[in-house]
Amino acid sequence: MLEPNWAAAAVVWQLTELQGLLPVFEPASPEARALSELLFWVSILCAAILLLVGVLIVDAVIRYRGREGDLDPPAKTASYKVEIAWTAAPVVLLAIIFGFTLRTMGLVNPDPPRNATPEVVIRGHQWWWEATYPASGVVTANEIHIPVGRMVLARIESADVVHDFWAANLARKIDMIPGRENFVWLQADTAGTYLGRCAEYCGTQHAHMHFLVIAQEDSTFAAWQASQLERPAAPSGTLATQGLAIFSEKACLSCHSFGGTGGNAAPDLTHLASRRTIAAATLTNTPANLARWLRNPGAIKPGATMPNFQLHDGEIAALVAYLSGLR
Amino acid sequence: MLDWASTVDHKKIGILYMLTALVFFVIGGLEALAMRIQLSRPNNTFLGPETYNQLFTMHGTTMIFLVGMPLLIGLAIYLVPLMIGARDMAFPRLNAFGYWLIPFGGLLIYFSFFATGASTAGWFSYPPLSLRNYTLGNGPFGNVGGVDYWSIGLLIVGVGSVASAINLIATILLLRAPGMGFGRMPLFCWLIFVTAALILIAIPALNAALVMLFFDRRFGTAFFDPTGGGSPLLWQNFFWIFGHPEVYILILPAFAIISEVIPVFARKPIYGYEFVAGSGVSIGLFGLFVWAHHMFAAGLSQGVTIWFGAASMLIAVPTGVKIFNWIGTLWGGSLRFRTPLLFALAFILQFTVGGLSGIVFATIALDWQLTDTYFVVAHLHYVLFGGTVFAVFAGTYYWFPKFTGRMLSERLGRWHLWLAVIGLNATFFVQHMLGVMGMPRRVYTYGDFPGWALANGISTVGAVILGSSIVVFLWNMYVSLRHGDIAGDNPWDAWTLEWATTSPPQPENFDTVPPVLGRRPLYELTAQRESANRRQSVGRGQEIVL
Repeated sequence: MLEPNWAAAAVVWQLTELQGLLPVFEPASPEARALSELLFWVSILCAAILLLVGVLIVDAVIRYRGREGDLDPPAKTASYKVEIAWTAAPVVLLAIIFGFTLRTMGLVNPDPPRNATPEVVIRGHQWWWEATYPASGVVTANEIHIPVGRMVLARIESADVVHDFWAANLARKIDMIPGRENFVWLQADTAGTYLGRCAEYCGTQHAHMHFLVIAQEDSTFAAWQASQLERPAAPSGTLATQGLAIFSEKACLSCHSFGGTGGNAAPDLTHLASRRTIAAATLTNTPANLARWLRNPGAIKPGATMPNFQLHDGEIAALVAYLSGLR
Repeated sequence: MLDWASTVDHKKIGILYMLTALVFFVIGGLEALAMRIQLSRPNNTFLGPETYNQLFTMHGTTMIFLVGMPLLIGLAIYLVPLMIGARDMAFPRLNAFGYWLIPFGGLLIYFSFFATGASTAGWFSYPPLSLRNYTLGNGPFGNVGGVDYWSIGLLIVGVGSVASAINLIATILLLRAPGMGFGRMPLFCWLIFVTAALILIAIPALNAALVMLFFDRRFGTAFFDPTGGGSPLLWQNFFWIFGHPEVYILILPAFAIISEVIPVFARKPIYGYEFVAGSGVSIGLFGLFVWAHHMFAAGLSQGVTIWFGAASMLIAVPTGVKIFNWIGTLWGGSLRFRTPLLFALAFILQFTVGGLSGIVFATIALDWQLTDTYFVVAHLHYVLFGGTVFAVFAGTYYWFPKFTGRMLSERLGRWHLWLAVIGLNATFFVQHMLGVMGMPRRVYTYGDFPGWALANGISTVGAVILGSSIVVFLWNMYVSLRHGDIAGDNPWDAWTLEWATTSPPQPENFDTVPPVLGRRPLYELTAQRESANRRQSVGRGQEIVL
């Protein structure tokens, strides 16, 4: 209708194997487990009530079938006892559910201690995620590394519109609202990679706004932080050096940041090659995919804010060589 | 034509409302089908993101504001004066004014498709996405965006809704026939009265917010713009102060229809009249204080969250009371399985599914997992399609003879019913699963995640079946209007006053309004005549009609 050439711009999602069949029922943290169990029991209860209503209706349909010409049955006035019973019974049932939800809320979302500093700050952008670690100064994008086995306090913010941070196996959903600081507790039982996604509609590419949570043992996590703080080695080889020149010439740093300088409208690139995905977990981070992205970002994510720089093949190859070296 | 354009007759205006809603229903339904085709398989390219985002924005906006409200308001405007024995609405000219705002507001919103592209901000239009930095137009009319058309169009529609609400309230308060106290008023009128009161309270909150949004976009104010010190959360509060009562504005009239249909086809008065009316009033009252349950993921304080969670759960109680009273009416009845009753039974079951998934969302901690997933899409469609639309189907089969003088075909009615039931459940039941599988709402495409392709495929097939049920319904109305059996005044042997006049009713409604001796005026009238003429009364409720 309004996007005639869109069909040519199709992209096939990668990394779908990172997700199980029922993330909400596949908890990987005590918080998510509490949510999962509550959902299980409430679902059973709801199914039972539906069955009850169904049986009552089917029973009436079978027992009280009338024929045209039958006399009208006698009118019945309502019994106050019956009315009170079917008002009171749901109240009791709901009070029980509500008690359990209060308990679960306490487990999943305890208020953080006053003046607690978050271990990680996660900031939503159209359509990617920025993660910073205030204690160490590490900055990364679309990958949130956490240590396993304990609750990690994350501050949740937005740079533009409302997003929602949702890692279903690990934690509750939490909105990212500009001008407002929210928090969420992240936790993972075991080391591993978990898929998360934006759950609040945030514009054109809401569909392609995923992230990875990478839970690591303490020592691995510390090593990761240390490696992220080092500057990557200078480009080696002519192609990569050429790539660095194009990187400067095209002013990539007016949006992207690198080693603490540059813009903040696009993901930090300092250690791009150490990351598993590009384009907010849409594609695996391979040289071929990097080249696809650089050739035309809008072909992967129509409406993406990164412009098409009309790079020719040589430039793309050089840039890919340079970026692939940023470990 | 001029006759219809200039009419102030509540019956013609009611028909205009319902026909307008029907046209928009078909448009909104086609939008939904286009979306389901796009989502039928992973990585599909039938629609691009901009088009898809326009379609889901317009589908929601259309179905809520241009279908649900005008359809139910139109039905109420047609029926309420007849049911209470009045000649017309209290303010007939205001009535016409209120109606004409709806199509013009709707046309303005739809004009945006051609001017600049429709709004892509969603029917909920959360700022900052709905502010000009993110949704500015670049069409032939300069930088006017779809959201600008959307906000002004909805403001016009909203003013029309408020006018009709005032009119309905005044009509019910002032124009009831002699003898019809509030305790004898049909439950339809009771629940419409509550609905009108909710419209009067809720819609102005939206209207005010729309003006603020428009000012933010066009005149540089910053009510909702965080870069100017405004609060995006403020819009969310305004929107849901309107938006949750809106749900009850759309479902209470459905309860109203069902509360009329079930007794007539069970051949016995409603069980617990006072409780059905009273629970309607309490749903209306509670409904004003639950809006923040749409914002449980927004990080509100624990205290606020718990308060709104508790209030939301409480609403399940009066809703349950209604369902039990309807079943109580069926029990001990002599059920006549005509299409209106079949749709009413389907309504009870399908609405119960939607009500129960509503409890899941009121369980705050579960909302934290399931909000903004396809579980919500499933929930709201069970409420609004399995609930509201099924009730409207029941009401259409019931009152079409009164509106037109002809019966709808029972045979086509059954086809319609079964296709609708199968289609609804195929489309939406799997969407509960999709929510638990992690599929968020409002995505124009998705990857081949485990199970998603199958569930979405089933859902799309279901949508096509559901669409075919609508085709059968439209065909039924078309042929029955020409060749349907002649209805007569009272084909269902019903008891409320609209059946005391001709079908369709004459312009002034009644020659003489029958005396209102109880809650079922025509029944009591027959009873009185019988006992006077024949002195053969066998006892209350068992008169032999010869």
